[in-house]
Amino acid sequence: MTNRIPENPMLDKVVIANRGEIALRILRACHALEIRTVAVHSTVDRNLKHVAMADESVCIGPAPPSESYLNMPAIIAAAEVTDAQAIHPGYGFLSENADFAERVEQSGFIFIGPMADTIRLMGDKVEAIRAMQEAGVPCVPGSGGPLDSDPATNIKIAREIGYPVIVKAAGGGGGRGMRVVHTEAALGNAIQTTKAEARAAFGNDMVYMEKFLENPRHIEIQVLADGQGGAIHLGERDCSMQRRHQKVVEEAPAPAITAEQRERIGAICVEACKRIGYRGAGTFEFLYQDGHFYFIEMNTRIQVEHPVTEMVTGIDLIREQLMIASGHRLTLRQQDIVSSGHAIECRINAEDPDSFVPSPGLIQHFHPAGGPGVRVDSHIYEGYRVPANYDSMIGKLIVHGPDRETAVARMRVALSEMVVDGIKTNIPLQQRIMADGGFQHGGQNIHYLERRLAERKEKSLSIV
Amino acid sequence: MDLRKIKKLIDLLEESNLAEIEIKEGEESVRLARVPSGAASVAATPAVQYLTTAPAPAPVVAMPMQSPVDAATGAASKPAIDPGLPAGHLIRAPMVGTFYASPAPDQPPFVSVGQAVKAGDTLGIIEAMKMFNPIESDVEGTVLAIQCESGQPVEFDQPLFVIG
Repeated sequence: MTNRIPENPMLDKVVIANRGEIALRILRACHALEIRTVAVHSTVDRNLKHVAMADESVCIGPAPPSESYLNMPAIIAAAEVTDAQAIHPGYGFLSENADFAERVEQSGFIFIGPMADTIRLMGDKVEAIRAMQEAGVPCVPGSGGPLDSDPATNIKIAREIGYPVIVKAAGGGGGRGMRVVHTEAALGNAIQTTKAEARAAFGNDMVYMEKFLENPRHIEIQVLADGQGGAIHLGERDCSMQRRHQKVVEEAPAPAITAEQRERIGAICVEACKRIGYRGAGTFEFLYQDGHFYFIEMNTRIQVEHPVTEMVTGIDLIREQLMIASGHRLTLRQQDIVSSGHAIECRINAEDPDSFVPSPGLIQHFHPAGGPGVRVDSHIYEGYRVPANYDSMIGKLIVHGPDRETAVARMRVALSEMVVDGIKTNIPLQQRIMADGGFQHGGQNIHYLERRLAERKEKSLSIV
Repeated sequence: MDLRKIKKLIDLLEESNLAEIEIKEGEESVRLARVPSGAASVAATPAVQYLTTAPAPAPVVAMPMQSPVDAATGAASKPAIDPGLPAGHLIRAPMVGTFYASPAPDQPPFVSVGQAVKAGDTLGIIEAMKMFNPIESDVEGTVLAIQCESGQPVEFDQPLFVIG
């Protein structure tokens, strides 16, 4: 495994088509490889930290994402005028937009990610599941395809799967367009309603059915593939602390997952990558219940929570993305991936810690946490004004320790040190999670956080 | 709250990196905020305005923390206007691309300084992804200034013409 700058990095200049903390993360990886950077940004993002640090910057549009960060012609035009070679889409925005990936390539640039067809395949949740089943990846027992309009067939399918079932939109994903059904009597209506919602939200009313797992954990596997036959996995992350399908805390490794389980599911994911010709960084998301992994979807991009994998493996995932996009084969082999210690990430959002109402505004005081095993991935600074136009995440606080208990302790200290004054943040919520007995025990399911929040609300309402 | 206290607060603000200080004493409160001393930003962010490239030894790129003024007052939302520009209606680039002053390399420019234009007249073109987009005047008047050269890359909102 080499840490030297390779002899022939073919990428010379990269457009960073994103904002905030991930744009800064990408910039850091580019500069470490001596790749020049172009920061494209909206009018309200001129004062972003990475814009100031980039070699060049181009304002691509006004604040609304549709006119800036989702504006494909503007981003490609910026690559043209700066003579860049490649575009890194980050996460969110256009990162999983197959049309964008296609247009980037057609315009003569390198899209840092998988091929457009791969993105398209994984974006269609029904097709993705089919492809994964063919590749031997365990999936949630389900209809195995779209539901048609025959009520008798659907009832039969649901009986075979066993209640409760969940009806999901093929064009959805990430928690959108789904409905749980507990009884046969409710099935017909649930399907009709979900179809209607899907048509309105995604322009596609195709739905499918799956067994609804009542107490699953969210465990995902990180992979890297070079598109030239080389593919490895970098272990798992547990992202079960969620609120309304948004991850709040992530950690690696997942508590109580054995090395055998990790190796088995990891190898299956690597095989699947090779089979579908995957290229770049990717994540296989699973629901884990009663010792079984069930594939739900694949994310064909770098993820928000990638730092926890980096902390336990020592691998720089963005650097690997850039190397792969430069045409390099993976130099890492599976046996080079060794996980050490435990890492936890707390997402820091500009929001009220109790009501979750977004809290944009001027950061009057900022003091980041520090010390051994502490990593702050954030673009904020004292005097920075958090705009109201984008999502509320303003950074990630990550810790590493030799074991989970030390990691939790370090996070507790880091959260107490971190000062973000002038706006509200969810730091108090994160502190409560770190102090929570259930979290400290580890291995809670994806409903745990919401349950605890609901209990807390009830308690506060009942106090006279 | 007496003047001496306020004077001390002003000194404190000036010596620090802060953009604002607010002090409450019982019922009274004082809030002091920095006011930008000039329109042109202290150029702590070299790559902000046009497609300028930072000087090669990049570590000197000053952190925006050194100019909390601009950040705090949101003055960074539009590229700083060149104080030498004549007063008038400013036409900014509606898109990213390469600016061309004439319809073709061998042809004369669409407009020149001093020329009278009507609303809808083409002033220049911005080319992106092999497509040419005309930049039209939205007012009637005289071209007072042309802010970019043919063949120069432009970004969204970049000042192009002043019509007066």
